[in-house]
Amino acid sequence: MSKSINVALIGNPNTGKTSVFNQLTGLKQKVGNYPGITVEKKEGICKLPRGVKAHILDLPGTYSLNTTSLDESVVVELLLNRNDKDFPDVVVVISDVENLKRNLLLFTQIKDLRIPAILVINMADRMRRKGITLDLALLEKKLDTRIALVSTRKNTGIEKIKELIADYKNLSNKPNVDTTVIDPEYFEKLKKTFPNEDLYKLWLVITQDVNFMPIEKKTIPDTASFSTKSKSELKRLQQKETILRYQFINGILKEAYKVDLQAARGFRATLDKILTHKVFGYLIFFFILLTIFQAIYDWSSYPMDFIDEQFAAASEWVKDTLPPGVFTNLIAEGILAGIGGIVIFIPQIAFLFLFIALLEESGYMSRVVFLMDRVMRPFGLSGKSVVPLISGTACAIPAVMATRNIENWKERLITILVTPFTTCSARLPVYLIIIALVIPEGRFFGLSYQALTLMLLYIIGFMAALFSAMILHRVLEIRSRTFFVIEMPNYKLPLLKNVAYTVIEKTKSFVYGAGKIILAISIVLWFLGSNGYSDRFAQAENLVKQRISENGFTTYNREDIAEKFESYRTELQTGPALSEAQLNDSLTLKMESLEFRAQRQEIASFKLENSYIGNIGKAIEPLVKPLGYDWKIGIAVLTSFAAREVFVGTLATIYSVGNDEEETIKNRMAAEVRDESDKPLFNLASGISLLLFYAFAMQCMSTLAVVKRETNSWKWPLAQLAIMSTFAYLIALIAYQILK
Amino acid sequence: MSATVVDLKMGQRGIIKTCADDILPIKLLELGCLPGNEIEMVQIAPFKDPIYVNVNGSHIAIRRATAQLIFIDILEDA
Repeated sequence: MSKSINVALIGNPNTGKTSVFNQLTGLKQKVGNYPGITVEKKEGICKLPRGVKAHILDLPGTYSLNTTSLDESVVVELLLNRNDKDFPDVVVVISDVENLKRNLLLFTQIKDLRIPAILVINMADRMRRKGITLDLALLEKKLDTRIALVSTRKNTGIEKIKELIADYKNLSNKPNVDTTVIDPEYFEKLKKTFPNEDLYKLWLVITQDVNFMPIEKKTIPDTASFSTKSKSELKRLQQKETILRYQFINGILKEAYKVDLQAARGFRATLDKILTHKVFGYLIFFFILLTIFQAIYDWSSYPMDFIDEQFAAASEWVKDTLPPGVFTNLIAEGILAGIGGIVIFIPQIAFLFLFIALLEESGYMSRVVFLMDRVMRPFGLSGKSVVPLISGTACAIPAVMATRNIENWKERLITILVTPFTTCSARLPVYLIIIALVIPEGRFFGLSYQALTLMLLYIIGFMAALFSAMILHRVLEIRSRTFFVIEMPNYKLPLLKNVAYTVIEKTKSFVYGAGKIILAISIVLWFLGSNGYSDRFAQAENLVKQRISENGFTTYNREDIAEKFESYRTELQTGPALSEAQLNDSLTLKMESLEFRAQRQEIASFKLENSYIGNIGKAIEPLVKPLGYDWKIGIAVLTSFAAREVFVGTLATIYSVGNDEEETIKNRMAAEVRDESDKPLFNLASGISLLLFYAFAMQCMSTLAVVKRETNSWKWPLAQLAIMSTFAYLIALIAYQILK
Repeated sequence: MSATVVDLKMGQRGIIKTCADDILPIKLLELGCLPGNEIEMVQIAPFKDPIYVNVNGSHIAIRRATAQLIFIDILEDA
């Protein structure tokens, strides 16, 4: 069997290129990165007639072969390098029937590289409404190619593309335009210097760095030395080339493309008037943001609770079913908990990408960029960063993934780096319990102090994100496009299929990409928390039982048992009458269960204290003491690395209270006193210090894993971890030292 | 002083005369921002920046500073 045909899909943004790719490949696609850079690489397999297979590569959208960004230079690098394993046997240029003129500019450039090219004219379903008529035969003749008229919406024309691909050997590879006429003398000299090279290819290689950065000139060495023209001269020539191409295209379209301008207006203009309006535009955007926020914050909590329960049940089931031992514990508390920690994010990711796909597909996202550009500019960000930053308020993980839609790499990186500062929902349980403990009740202009504190924490999060963006914008030296040109595409009804693909693909990439790291770290954390090297750990059960039989339960547990026992007794006495014996039996049973529970909690607490994590927590006590914490809080801060909300659960275990009752945990925390004095451990100073620490510290392994995946390197997540945590430490230190 | 794109009011149109071609991003030229083509102001954001224009059938948003590099003849309303 012959080898598969290499096909590259190329086209302007917003031409429905991804729809064509989805239709050609179905779900047989693979999304990765180009080696060493963060440009997304999408590949897929397509079955052609007569049993032939095509390997389809979906290249980043570009307006021309004059690169101004990393995405575009990926396209040019590939087309210039005939030795690349992905070098296309045939290029499929996707165009949009309404913007055919502009789309053909890219097509003529590819033709001039003498690469066989097929033209796909997409969105054919809009022709009638827009009053467009095409003379396909004439177009094919003049452009010297084969054309497929396609509607991905109506699902027509896809078979035609496949036929044309299978038949690629019959395509002409003659150029469209003779570029040398823009400066015959110059091209004559070029030809003499490099007699064996194609002139247009040379011209492309020479002009690449005029607008962006030099491409790797591995294809044709020594061209760098051929600099007989200044940058602005070359730029002027590029303009001449563009005009020349447009002349060629206009000449063809005059005959082959007719549009009734009366039909073309209307809907779009009206929508634009409203959606980009100075007042209504912002109101509508605000409303959309609220809806997104509501979805990931509120609606997703139902499936998340369900997932949480299922994994807890599965973990219980494993413990009950398998013989007790290290292996069972590993499965129940390490692996299952780890997988649960991955799956739990899926609802939020799916919801956010559902909305983002809808916004992108409909063409609305570009309007957001238009509306928000002025607001975000001082921070070195564009309107596209708004959606990730706001959705970071629910969870940083989908938010970081959402930055893929920012084309500019520097902007995307900055957004990724600052998003974890926004107050995510995992911080909320920590904030709530500490605020309730240390912030006095009372009101200020009708607002309670506690509510104000919570609001301030949200504001602090946003401020930290924006100001660090401003600093990063100055500090990071990354060459990227400096100008702002955003196409405002036509409004379209989103294609359900494309939306579904986006949601599935994002979820998959999270589960498989970041999931591995999350699972690994949670197993490590489990190991550290449930193993210890000391005898005390090994003998935990006996030691605690012995302690209880000698000294009784801890004061707190003793009081707790007494209280619960009394209330149970009252309950029984006020209920239906029981005989003396029945009453005593019930009470004895209750006492046994309460004592058993207290004993289990004290063992758990003792074990955690003597586990590796406990040892680490004690070891770092000198480090956290200046912040107003003791080793117990130190341990809770460490385990928070699995997820911030774990803080509360860890404290519950250490204080050996059940972690199912929030009130109990709070009371127990309030009762905790400092070793050296009788003052409460959680007071205003240590509370504020903790709040600020949680506001700024990078304490989420899942976010780190996602950042690793999205930036394609460990450098950025580690920098994030180091810088954010140091900053958090210093701020918490200052706060405590001032307030104490 | 010649008029530039920023002098257009909403809904007004003009014909591009010249562009400061060595500073203007090539992207704009590719999108049809070339001498002789018509340009229409579609929307102006608050603080007059950025602006949203229709040039030669391409609907694009550009910043004010870029728009000031494109010189035009304003078409009086017919």
